[in-house]
Amino acid sequence: MNYTAVAAIYRFEMARTFRTIMQSIISPVISTSLYFVVFGAAIGSRIQEVDGVSYGAFIVPGLIMLSLLQQSLTNAAFGIYFPKFTGTIYEILSAPISPIEIVLGYVGAAATKSIALGLIILVTASLFVDLHIEHPVWMLLFLVLTAVTFAMFGFIIGIWADGFEKLQIVPLLIVTPLAFLGGSFYSIKMLPPFWQEVSLVNPVVYLISGFRWAFYGSSDVSIAVSLGMTLVFLAATLAAVTYIFRTGWRLKS
Amino acid sequence: MPVSPPAPPILSVANVSKTYEGGFQALKAIDLEIARGEIFALLGPNGAGKTTLISIICGIVNLSSGKVTVDGHDIGRDFRLARSKIGLVPQELTTDAFESVWDTVSFSRGLFGKKKDPAHVEKVLRDLSLWEKRDNKIMTLSGGMKRRVLIAKALSHEPELLFLDEPTAGVDVALRREMWEVVRKLREAGVTIILTTHYIEEAEMMADRIGVISRGELILVEEKAELMRKLGHKELTLQLMEPLERMPAGFTEFDLALSPDGRSLTYSYDTNAERTGIASLMRRLAEEGIRLRDLSTKQSTLEEIFVNLVEERV
Ligand SMILES: Nc1ncnc2c1ncn2[C@@H]1O[C@H](COP(=O)(O)OP(=O)(O)O)[C@@H](O)[C@H]1O
Ligand SMILES: [Mg+2]
Repeated sequence: MNYTAVAAIYRFEMARTFRTIMQSIISPVISTSLYFVVFGAAIGSRIQEVDGVSYGAFIVPGLIMLSLLQQSLTNAAFGIYFPKFTGTIYEILSAPISPIEIVLGYVGAAATKSIALGLIILVTASLFVDLHIEHPVWMLLFLVLTAVTFAMFGFIIGIWADGFEKLQIVPLLIVTPLAFLGGSFYSIKMLPPFWQEVSLVNPVVYLISGFRWAFYGSSDVSIAVSLGMTLVFLAATLAAVTYIFRTGWRLKS
Repeated sequence: MPVSPPAPPILSVANVSKTYEGGFQALKAIDLEIARGEIFALLGPNGAGKTTLISIICGIVNLSSGKVTVDGHDIGRDFRLARSKIGLVPQELTTDAFESVWDTVSFSRGLFGKKKDPAHVEKVLRDLSLWEKRDNKIMTLSGGMKRRVLIAKALSHEPELLFLDEPTAGVDVALRREMWEVVRKLREAGVTIILTTHYIEEAEMMADRIGVISRGELILVEEKAELMRKLGHKELTLQLMEPLERMPAGFTEFDLALSPDGRSLTYSYDTNAERTGIASLMRRLAEEGIRLRDLSTKQSTLEEIFVNLVEERV
């Protein structure tokens, strides 16, 4: 293992993050606060408790997930797209490093950043509602697994994308709708039976449900299924990345 | 006395071909061996396949067939060992923008798995006159400075084999001189250097051996001196006492040209030919009563050799 190289990529990516640290932190804090004002205070006051939790508290795991998915994905996607775009990828390709090491560096950094953001949102949320986390270890596990999985997903998108539009289209047109429809702001049990069934093909449902279970001990689908599905997504992204490096797809001509 | 076996080549390219996705064959069965410590110049017109060959060796482009080893290590199977010996300065000015010079050069060293060594990085930056700029963001640098940064990145991990892909294209004279100086220093340190260039005088000045590539084929690999000798045409210029109005008859067997002002004759001959024909030319001139004021000879440059070679092929 060329750990020095992994560390070099990781540090490079984190430095990129720290250059824009203020907007990296301020924008999620502001948007989280807005969500609380709109959903928590304005709408939440008219909504009954969900699964025995106040509506304001209920949406916290979903809010964190929403940001986590977007941030992991866009960070990793930009991280690998940019050197491809500018041409500096030549150095990564010609260095004595294996695909695993490249992925560890880029995905690790993107996941770190989004996990940090998730925790910042958690702290911001605690200013608005009483938070009580039933299974903190599971909470962290889901946080990490989701961040890594979506960073992998983002990494693949960054390699696939051959223009900035494609880079933005996936988070905008796929991930955000899936997150909204995946129960960020409601329990899918509130839906009519037909739409409950449809929701189950949405992978984000499992992530949010598992995460919410870690907070409040209740969930839309069983925790084992949530964990199992999360691991399946992770495995799928791993397989895709392995294929990409084996063939040099979109990286080498 | 035991004879030591010949040193294995630092680079061996065997039967390497490359066909790009669209079906274009950029390299055709390239064979090339580079000895440790030599400076090799790869010459060829635009689109000949120079960058493709370098990119394959460095792991940026997949080869279609053939085999490449660096210091005995296969670039596919033993990519770690092979690549850790290589430094690459790409043709295009591809640099980061927001990083400082120091950071980007240190990053390259880390990427190649080398332990931190600020003293080495400092030396590299000083040698390339980048030391004053070490804290500057790369995007604030001029093109020439960026070129130096790319060289510094390649040297940061102490390569044994350095590729310079058109290092002096679009570079001012001062920087070009400085780069030659850097190349000389590296050679003294035992680094093997492969460079591609459009400036033939550069190859002529720097290289030990020269390869000529055209349309994906390596059409010639030769010691520079040998190449100059082999393909060297010389020109003999004869200054005349009295100007001639036209080419006198009876000289058709000679490759002679009369200058427009009629004051000089130029005779082209092959230095390797069994007979240069100079003696008989002189005799004939004397017979015709053409008197000479002065004469001089000129060896053809690599550029001329090169143009001849490529034209011959077309
Ligand atoms: N990625 C690519 N896909 C298709 N053709 C390419 C690609 N890269 C280079 N070529 C073609 O291969 C030929 C050799 O290119 P290159 O190796 O860059 O030449 P040189 O460096 O000698 O100028 C050119 O005709 C070029 O158009
Ligand atoms: Mg080129």
